[in-house]
Amino acid sequence: MAVDYIYPDYEIIRDYDRCIACRVCERQCANEAHEYLSDSKKMIADNAKCVNCHRCVSLCPTRALKIVKSDHTFKENANWTGKSIKEIYKQAGSGGVLLSSMGNPENYPVYFDKILLNASQVTNPSIDPLREPMETRVFLGAKPDRIERDEKGRLKKNLPPHIMLSMPIMFSAMSYGSISYNAHESLARAAAHLGILYNTGEGGLHEDLYKYGKHTIVQVASGRFGVHTTYLNSGAAIEIKMGQGAKPGIGGHLPGAKIVGDISKTRMIPEGSDAISPAPHHDIYSIEDLKQLVYSLKEATGYTKPVIVKIAAVHNVSAIASGIARSGADIIAIDGFRGGTGAAPTRIRDHVGLPIELALASVDKRLRDEGVRNNVSLVVGGSIRSSADVVKAVALGADCVYIGTAALIALGCHLCRSCQTGKCNWGIATQREDLVKRLNPNLGYKRLINLLTAWQHEIKEMMGGMGINSIESLKGNRLMLRGVGLNEKELEILGIKHAGE
Amino acid sequence: MKKSWKYWVSSMQENDNKQRCGGEKLKRVYVNEKWCLGCHLCEYYCAFASSNEKDMARALKDIRISPRIRIEEMDGISFAVSCRHCSEPLCVKGCITGAMTKKDGVITIKKDKCIGCYTCILCCPYGAVSPSEDGAIQKCELCIKTNSGVPKCVEGCPNGAIVFEERGE
Amino acid sequence: MREGMFRNISGCAISGIISRSGKRFSGKLIIDSISVMHERSNGLGGGFTAYGIYPEYKDYYAFHIFYDHRMAKKECEEFLEEHFDIINLSKIPTTKIPEIKDEPLIWRYFVTPLPTKLTDSQLDEREFVAKCVFRINTGIDGAYIFSSGKNMGVFKAVGFPEDVGRFYRLEEYEGYSFTAHGRYPTNTPGWWGGAHPFALLDYSVVHNGEISSYDANRRAIEMYGYKCTLQTDTEVITYIIDYLHRKIGLTLKEICSVIAAPFWSTIEGKPQKEREELEYLRNVFDSKLITGPFSIIVGFEGGIMALNDRLKLRSMVVGEKDDMVYVASEEAAIRVIQNDLDKVWAPKGGEGVIVTLEERKV
Ligand code: SF4
Ligand code: SF4
Ligand code: SF4
Ligand code: SF4
Repeated sequence: MAVDYIYPDYEIIRDYDRCIACRVCERQCANEAHEYLSDSKKMIADNAKCVNCHRCVSLCPTRALKIVKSDHTFKENANWTGKSIKEIYKQAGSGGVLLSSMGNPENYPVYFDKILLNASQVTNPSIDPLREPMETRVFLGAKPDRIERDEKGRLKKNLPPHIMLSMPIMFSAMSYGSISYNAHESLARAAAHLGILYNTGEGGLHEDLYKYGKHTIVQVASGRFGVHTTYLNSGAAIEIKMGQGAKPGIGGHLPGAKIVGDISKTRMIPEGSDAISPAPHHDIYSIEDLKQLVYSLKEATGYTKPVIVKIAAVHNVSAIASGIARSGADIIAIDGFRGGTGAAPTRIRDHVGLPIELALASVDKRLRDEGVRNNVSLVVGGSIRSSADVVKAVALGADCVYIGTAALIALGCHLCRSCQTGKCNWGIATQREDLVKRLNPNLGYKRLINLLTAWQHEIKEMMGGMGINSIESLKGNRLMLRGVGLNEKELEILGIKHAGE
Repeated sequence: MKKSWKYWVSSMQENDNKQRCGGEKLKRVYVNEKWCLGCHLCEYYCAFASSNEKDMARALKDIRISPRIRIEEMDGISFAVSCRHCSEPLCVKGCITGAMTKKDGVITIKKDKCIGCYTCILCCPYGAVSPSEDGAIQKCELCIKTNSGVPKCVEGCPNGAIVFEERGE
Repeated sequence: MREGMFRNISGCAISGIISRSGKRFSGKLIIDSISVMHERSNGLGGGFTAYGIYPEYKDYYAFHIFYDHRMAKKECEEFLEEHFDIINLSKIPTTKIPEIKDEPLIWRYFVTPLPTKLTDSQLDEREFVAKCVFRINTGIDGAYIFSSGKNMGVFKAVGFPEDVGRFYRLEEYEGYSFTAHGRYPTNTPGWWGGAHPFALLDYSVVHNGEISSYDANRRAIEMYGYKCTLQTDTEVITYIIDYLHRKIGLTLKEICSVIAAPFWSTIEGKPQKEREELEYLRNVFDSKLITGPFSIIVGFEGGIMALNDRLKLRSMVVGEKDDMVYVASEEAAIRVIQNDLDKVWAPKGGEGVIVTLEERKV
């Protein structure tokens, strides 16, 4: 029906004075937006097919292309926005749930951007990271609440299993299947090189990547895809995924089109079948059940690996976290509502969950108030965009952060948010061989190393400015933070003062 | 009989290996067919490099390029072919005027000496030599005449499918 | 505004003296030492800790208390009577001098916990006493216990340290060790409780510096029932030391490896056993690491410990003569009382100097 026609959101603008008709754009667009007209020797484009991924823009050798937001508009309406209207057309046409990917793009407050950091002046010298040691090493895991000594009076190592990281950053769970083998390999190699960990996500672990086990977190999600004893024992830590920030309350969804070849083998499911994880773990309906799963995983790995429980930040996150801190888990990972995903129902992505800053602040406080903060380490994710976000998260109380989207951007992702189509032009969120090839892990892993080396350096500079030379002294050091433009309640929850106070 | 891409690639690699084993320490363009996307950008950067223009649009607008590196596409695989700078170069051997010479491991052409007999074109097993518009032949000279650093094709390749490096044994 | 309503940071002078043989000497010596560093104080706080001064009451906790008004005294004494056996109580003797103004009521009590109360609480004796001190300091408006150890006492006021010493007639006390503090706060507190040393039970701390890890340390230590009401570095350092030493049972040397931990690069160069131990301490007690400039002298029953931050961002010198050990921010403050030293040195950052009475082990 004609009413379903929607004018494209973006337009491909080609400067014909610059276009040399090399057809690179045509070859590189998996959405087939560009076409070469051989009779007129001219390129044309179909805006409707463009998802605004910038692949053609980045590769056009003469810089002849740009993508602009269409100025086509509905009659101005502050309530019925063009977006709302278009979504109704789509659903009236398809009868389906709207799907989208990556993190929540809506205009909710970003608290990190309303927090400022401190620096030393006069009474306390700042420290220059180029001249003095500046330490970013962190340990994750439970800490014993008392010491034990042997008969000679020496301290016994009564430490539960833990992991050591060169900096408080890890790559968050992104499954093999939702992202490509090359993306996984890039993450694994970068993690190994940097002395941090990456996370398999819920799709199992490709056998070629077992060799990076010391730098791998193996995830167990409600679908239990690819989970077996060897898998559990191959990593440095095990993560139970209870929820995900982009879609709290529902399970993972990998369309059958992405279940091909090695992916079906790794996940241990037939080719072409949709991989749909149940919303809950069907063996976990309460906190006692979680405890049982934690201990069965510990049993399966001989109590040698810390267990992480990952939850989405939801309204009563601090009560949930406090329960988890008593369930035998060693680490709690909290994923904020801006966390990315390969596919999620749009309404859930955009309307469910909590900002990670608030969730972190209240969980950290709650665990301290209850005296169980040392039972667990806290890892937070859900849109950590820069080293400044890392520093702020640590000062709010996190032991470490998870980055997902930032890592993908380093690999080339341009946040076109169409991962669910499986046609990622950057070779990341796709399984199409010709597209996967576009991400060369030999280049990709170096870009990840570059990014985190740069971040680590910036973290050190910010710490040095505050007169802190070891990351432990930043953890939970909320006096180093001040809010700008926040109301009393927000400041109270964040546990920080307003700028100027 | 049409040869498969594997034959092509392995014969090029064999040639590369031979030179390395011959102890020639020289940075050269190596091909990683695994990562070649068939985007043809290398060809355009090559054509631009030899154009003496500052702007690619000006250099290449409305012309048919004739690059010194070419993308071969067969069996769904693509890979770049350019001069291997062989240790026993047939083109140099075949050249009747001495226009083709090898200096510091790079095979170059003295345009003023070339009389356009195309013997070298026939000799080169990789098809890396081709006629040029000025009557003489043209071939990849690793951008030494135009660009001091990395060959332009390598610089322009988005996926590391061609690299310019010195490889040890 | 009074201390505790804002975070008060200060630069300072510190000094400490101990006789290893346990020989008791007069408080005059420490006054002479700290007064040399007059320039490092600004008259907004000074104080002393003296160990071994109450031998006749050595089995009793000596509470030194400031009262803002009589009501506070009444309420506090009711609480004390309910929880303790009060053996002796008196005003702390002072001399009125023009330099020291606005003094509160200053009282001293020798007490021991009531056995029934102690049993009911199911706490060990020292924890019981510490809890009661917190109860009074946070719960009774206008009452503040600033000294609560056995056979020791803190004497502090708003003023220059040498005047504070004269005010409390410190020269009349004899002890085996003394520490002193002159304060240079960047804010004006004007409250006596805010002066230093800060003490809990027999642990006392004098501190020069401004730590940048303050809030990380504060939030970590408050998890174990401590309340940082004064918002000063000294307070949080005292609690950390009390926690690690009394509650956890680390040795003083181990405590140095926690609060001024060696850098990872140093740890990696150590022999395996030591490396593992240092790594364990840094991992388990991570949030008790103190960063930023500090030099501290910790007093405790039977000894003192001097420690600098890991980068040694504050000066500190140690001198020895026979059985006497002297520590001060400046060498001059040692020379003025003992010019003929056997040995003088500046300890490295993070290297604790622990001096104990000869008959004791810590
Ligand atoms: S989808 Fe991407 S590659 Fe295709 S036209 Fe749009 S921006 Fe270019
Ligand atoms: S990539 Fe650029 S120059 Fe090449 S055809 Fe497309 S628009 Fe034209
Ligand atoms: S530029 Fe690189 S990827 Fe593209 S065709 Fe040439 S060699 Fe292949
Ligand atoms: S032109 Fe051909 S024969 Fe000559 S050196 Fe190059 S590859 Fe070898």
